[in-house]
Amino acid sequence: MPTHPEKVYFFGTCLIDLCYPQAGLASMALLQREGIQVVYPQSQSCCGQPAYNAGFPEEAKKVARQQLKAFPKDYPIVVPSGSCGGMLKHHYPKLFADEPEAAEARRFASRVLELSEFLVKVLDVKLEDRGQPIRVTWHSSCSALREMRVIEYSKSLLRQLRNVELIELQRERECCGFGGTFSIKQPDISAAMVADKVMDIEQTRATRLLSGDCGCLMNIDGALRHRKIPIPAQHIAEFLLERVHG
Amino acid sequence: MAEAVVDFPRNFAQALNNQQLRRNLRVAMDTMGMRRRTLFADLEAFERLRVRGDAIRQRALSKLPELLEQLERKCTENGIQVHWAETPAEANQICLDIIQRHHATRVIKGKSMVSEEMHLNHFLAEHDIEALETDLGEYIIQLDHETPSHIIVPAIHKNRDQIARLFHEKIPNTPYTEVVEELNTIARQVLREKFYAGEVGVSGVNFAVAETGTLCLVENEGNGRMCTTAPPVHIAVMGLEKVVERLEDVPPLLRLLTGSATGQLITTYFNMITSPRQPGEKDGPREVHLVLLDNGRTKIWADPELRQTLKCIRCGACMNHCPVYTRLGGHAYGYVYPGPIGSILTPQLEGLENAGAMATASTFCGACEEVCPVKIPITAILRRLRTESYRQTAAPNAVKGHGCKRNLAESLAWQGWAFSNATPWLNALNATLLGLTGSHLSKLPQVGLLKRWGQSRALPPFASKSLHALAKEKGISDE
Repeated sequence: MPTHPEKVYFFGTCLIDLCYPQAGLASMALLQREGIQVVYPQSQSCCGQPAYNAGFPEEAKKVARQQLKAFPKDYPIVVPSGSCGGMLKHHYPKLFADEPEAAEARRFASRVLELSEFLVKVLDVKLEDRGQPIRVTWHSSCSALREMRVIEYSKSLLRQLRNVELIELQRERECCGFGGTFSIKQPDISAAMVADKVMDIEQTRATRLLSGDCGCLMNIDGALRHRKIPIPAQHIAEFLLERVHG
Repeated sequence: MAEAVVDFPRNFAQALNNQQLRRNLRVAMDTMGMRRRTLFADLEAFERLRVRGDAIRQRALSKLPELLEQLERKCTENGIQVHWAETPAEANQICLDIIQRHHATRVIKGKSMVSEEMHLNHFLAEHDIEALETDLGEYIIQLDHETPSHIIVPAIHKNRDQIARLFHEKIPNTPYTEVVEELNTIARQVLREKFYAGEVGVSGVNFAVAETGTLCLVENEGNGRMCTTAPPVHIAVMGLEKVVERLEDVPPLLRLLTGSATGQLITTYFNMITSPRQPGEKDGPREVHLVLLDNGRTKIWADPELRQTLKCIRCGACMNHCPVYTRLGGHAYGYVYPGPIGSILTPQLEGLENAGAMATASTFCGACEEVCPVKIPITAILRRLRTESYRQTAAPNAVKGHGCKRNLAESLAWQGWAFSNATPWLNALNATLLGLTGSHLSKLPQVGLLKRWGQSRALPPFASKSLHALAKEKGISDE
């Protein structure tokens, strides 16, 4: 991995593509303002995780093959999600272990970096906060925490912002109850989990909830809006861009 | 014995609506988690220790057939009588035969999950034999005609007030008290009498050492030692995966077990049973029996990935850290082993058609794997079980009930999803169509998936323009 690559691929994730494109644009803008050329392959789609975790690995493989094809060159692949990043980095090699694409999948996986990991570890970005004072809280996605292990990168970016007060959740390490198809297959357990997460968020008296994963955000934001709690949930990239623009 | 059909949705809903249970579990799980974290505060040291634990368990499983034969040989040399049981029914019958041979009707029991797997108490009761649980938690739930809700702390679902009421109601001449010391004294007085009267003692086994023929028993109350020394006959029941190769394998596993389970450096009692009473010895049972139960373990063992399930040392840390278990408790799972380990073990023992739903009760958050002292890849095995639920296969190691969930609707949905996501023009078209619905999704009739999501959460809005479209508009290179 070059210390300061000229070009990177951006893997937008299907959820950002369909529901939260602003988070994708903000991520790419953050990369571009560091002088990085961003390539967004139009033939990309989903990492395949929904099918993989639901018990349909063959369907997941079909979709994963499309991603192997869409990102052919040797550039780093930056992903604004710990969950999708984890799929690409840690599960593609397993998914293709007995397939002709095994070596290709391993090479692909080795190029994957989560967005905040790339910004801090590779680019060592310095952010200047131009925004008004604000109190925020942070939700760690389980995959960013335990699989990609990038939470400290995300939080270190927030801590660079002098007008941002980060109040941590009491149960930061506890899952929000999304779990992809889990939220549909076990809606009651999922609802109980996100209800507790919402209480934890309210207790911080933050005016915004940030996370690096749109799956969790969709779940928690949905629960906040369902209860008419006026705490907007936002992807970290959008927030960072907003702060540096002032 | 087959369990009644478990109604998972009903169980889960009931547990989630039981606010008292939710509170009890939350407090208990927080305490257990905190104790464990305190003991394993040095994360690097913990990692080194569990790498070792994992290696010990893997080595033992890699030579399981030889080690079991060695264990049988050594135990027999030591005077322990070894019995093999393929099914719980066989194991029960072996126990019954031993008990009846001694004309015994009063059995005292130390804590054993394998005996729960056998439903031994129920079986013995049918033959007019009283089996009394002597572990305090087990005693409490036996009084209330319940099963363990946790493999280490069987009465974890109850709080002090509930136990106080139970003692007052169920133990004759017991005044109501909520003072823990007094409750302990009450239980101790009842149990002490029973220890004197017990004719056969039954216990589980935490580790069986093949090299020496030693049965290791970990406990905190001394009741395990009473059960294995006071009565003239001791029957130890054990799942056949609990064997380890060498005596030196025990200390690291013991440290991992007690630290993970209760945050203790070592338990108050650690028993190593190597033989019945020898000539000249003043105490100990005259007969010691070891019952080795298979109950589907050999089949699990045959598959390299599933085999890792058998590394488990039954510490319960996965339950204590599971966000799903914390909200349901053990009873909602409907089977003997709850929580993450239960969710991978039970479907393999009972078949996917009966217990496959347990594998769906996980977000794959990985909290269990993070604390597992022997590095069982719990999420990978859960994923495998989900996959086998849909896949009929001729593979010899396929999990029982494979393909039971196969259905055309779900297959077609995933095939359609895969085709769309592997076909860029179709994917773009779909994004455009979804974009047209915008936030109108909430105005559609709320049925099926929408209803399941929408009953506790607002629906996400689809963006009018996808990131693909916006990236193109902004001139971001596609190369």
